[in-house]
Amino acid sequence: MAKAAILDRIDQALGNERLRRAVRKATDTFRGGRARVISDFDWEAMREKARALRAHTIEHLDYYLEQLAARVRENGGHVHFAENASQAVEIVRRIAAHHGVRSVAKSKSMISEEIHLNEVLEADGIEVYETDLGEYIIQLARETPSHIIGPALHKSREDIAELFSKLEGRPLSSDTPTLTQVARRRLREVFLKADMGITGCNFAVAETGSIVIVTNEGNGRMVTSLPRVQVTLMGMERIVPRLEDLDLLLAMLTRSATGQRTTSYVSIVSGPRKEGERDGPEAFHLVIVDNMRSSILGGEFQEALNCIRCGACLNICPVYRQIGGHAYGWVYSGPIGAVLTPLYKGIEEWGEVAQASSLCGACYDVCPVKIPLHDMLVGIRRASVETGKSKALERLAFRAFGFVMSRPGMYRAALKIGRLAQAPFVRKGRFRAAPPPLSSWLSHRSLPSLPKRSFREIWAKGIDDEPGDRRGTS
Amino acid sequence: MRVSLFVTCMVDALYPNVGVSSVKLLRRLGVEVDFPEDQVCCGQPAFNSGYHDAARDAAAQLVRAFRDAEYVVGPSGSCVSMIRHYYPALFEGHPLEAEANAFAAKTYELSQFIVDVLGIDDVGARFPGRATYHTSCHMTRGLGVLEAPLRLLKNVRGLELVDLPRREDCCGFGGTFAVKMARLSAAMADEKLDHVAEVQAEYLVGADTACLMHLGGRLERRGGRVRVLHLAELLEEGTRPGVRIEPEESARRGGAGAAGGAGGAAGARTGAGDRAEEASA
Repeated sequence: MAKAAILDRIDQALGNERLRRAVRKATDTFRGGRARVISDFDWEAMREKARALRAHTIEHLDYYLEQLAARVRENGGHVHFAENASQAVEIVRRIAAHHGVRSVAKSKSMISEEIHLNEVLEADGIEVYETDLGEYIIQLARETPSHIIGPALHKSREDIAELFSKLEGRPLSSDTPTLTQVARRRLREVFLKADMGITGCNFAVAETGSIVIVTNEGNGRMVTSLPRVQVTLMGMERIVPRLEDLDLLLAMLTRSATGQRTTSYVSIVSGPRKEGERDGPEAFHLVIVDNMRSSILGGEFQEALNCIRCGACLNICPVYRQIGGHAYGWVYSGPIGAVLTPLYKGIEEWGEVAQASSLCGACYDVCPVKIPLHDMLVGIRRASVETGKSKALERLAFRAFGFVMSRPGMYRAALKIGRLAQAPFVRKGRFRAAPPPLSSWLSHRSLPSLPKRSFREIWAKGIDDEPGDRRGTS
Repeated sequence: MRVSLFVTCMVDALYPNVGVSSVKLLRRLGVEVDFPEDQVCCGQPAFNSGYHDAARDAAAQLVRAFRDAEYVVGPSGSCVSMIRHYYPALFEGHPLEAEANAFAAKTYELSQFIVDVLGIDDVGARFPGRATYHTSCHMTRGLGVLEAPLRLLKNVRGLELVDLPRREDCCGFGGTFAVKMARLSAAMADEKLDHVAEVQAEYLVGADTACLMHLGGRLERRGGRVRVLHLAELLEEGTRPGVRIEPEESARRGGAGAAGGAGGAAGARTGAGDRAEEASA
């Protein structure tokens, strides 16, 4: 990604008042909801428990993955491991071909966004329908999700009414019942005709070989019960050791995500339909996707794999609030996206995304599994510098910084030189113009010039107390 | 008690009045202030930009400059947070590791020092007006100092302190972020300044010069009558001779400082509750 690209995307977002309004409104709703329900428990103690559970799981990922695969197979399902995006896509294509699939109903899966599954299946002549309402909307708009939890969160009600009106070929009002009725009617048809259901996976339970899907619309349940073939895509880190671990993690996930104590539907699927059962797929395939995750294991960013994809860090992020998700350039946005994108896509090319943060640390405060995102963002920047691909001028500037700051005499001289050098740019105690990078500061803010005397010069002349200053204490 | 002022490079170069105010305020509280001349920047700009070697070079100089200090006090939550929070890791395995840890442990943000170490909640200031306080992120989240500045401000006579809506949201400074993503950074400042306007504050007070430089700079561009003040400046102006509250009262309040040294501080700490009561009476 060219460096200009992220700045261009940010500029574009900042110029889109409709988008910014929609993002502010949606994130405020999520944020407010979260704030109301986290006091149900000793939240900090829960965070620590959740962190420890995630850390333990990731630490022993090989063990739990083996256990999960064995249990899924015992339950009559098939397990596939995909090292990268193209392998994952190939696996799904083969399954679809094997079962003669012509139509797919999908519930939300971020992994499928990572591997660009829809495009490939469509190229094979298969109809693919997103059934999560938000995903359905962005599929119609031919966009990508801008938020982990609310994929179409950047769209206003009016935007959605426009899309649906075009779909229906008649003008629709933008009220919720009208819009949801359209989606409901159309999606019912999708569920009934789909040969294959593709789902994501919030958690996979190692001890039972079950996959867990959390939704509010019930589409996850439709997708896992009506089509004759089910494919579930999971990132290899989406695992919990025991069924009872869900108690903690679901409580944290839904509260952190939408401020709900629980969602409308939690579907736990353990393999294909068994004899005597009335619904569920005839065939069940679990595709476990690595796609760069194992490269993070064992390194300084391992904790990023603890993420349970709640989106709380997006909702609290003051940067995300201004620009929404697309500006980050890839599937994951907000603070977690600014960490994961360079790690998954390559620091050299994508490291710049980690600059889209003021390092305010709000993300860490709300993270239900205590990922130190603000420190990781600095870590990504450091790793980025270490690739040697940072701007030559910037490298030079910081080398000079280190040189000057380790020599107090030079620092004192620099203050004086600065005062002389600024003269052409200063009028009435303010910078009027300046070379880059100061010019970017000045394009949006004023800046006082260096005053006649620095603090240390004032100190050297003596700071007098006003008469009687110390009368209270003398 | 002796305090070594860590003035921060930004205050040194751009806002010397914040340093002068810090010195005067500390002296009025009975503290002896010195200024180690070999101090430089804490290294945060380099650190946050990913240049950790350059950051360590600056940090090492700062550690050496304050080698002999008893307490180090700085008028910036962000720089102090850098020292307290990140120096220990930055110097892990470095010859200066032990010294860096000791430095981190004895360094305080100004309001944190006044409230937690001196045990003073009320500096005896008088400052009429309507003010709102900006909770800088590194000070509040990194350093964990939120109550100290608010307590000091609440005890200023005549000052009407109003809460800033969404106060926990970042102002958008973010160091080099403010330059690298200037428009985005300014959009964040705009939202903050809208809130300042909403509560009709005459004064925007903060404990981090960097946030104030950013917000004040944006404010100047937008136009507006709000005066941007560092906490040290407000408390100094409010404790000037003739402004500060009655000497007898102030003597009792600042009494601990007169005793000098660490013993005085301990005495002050235990007496803090009483003084706060007196002040509100």
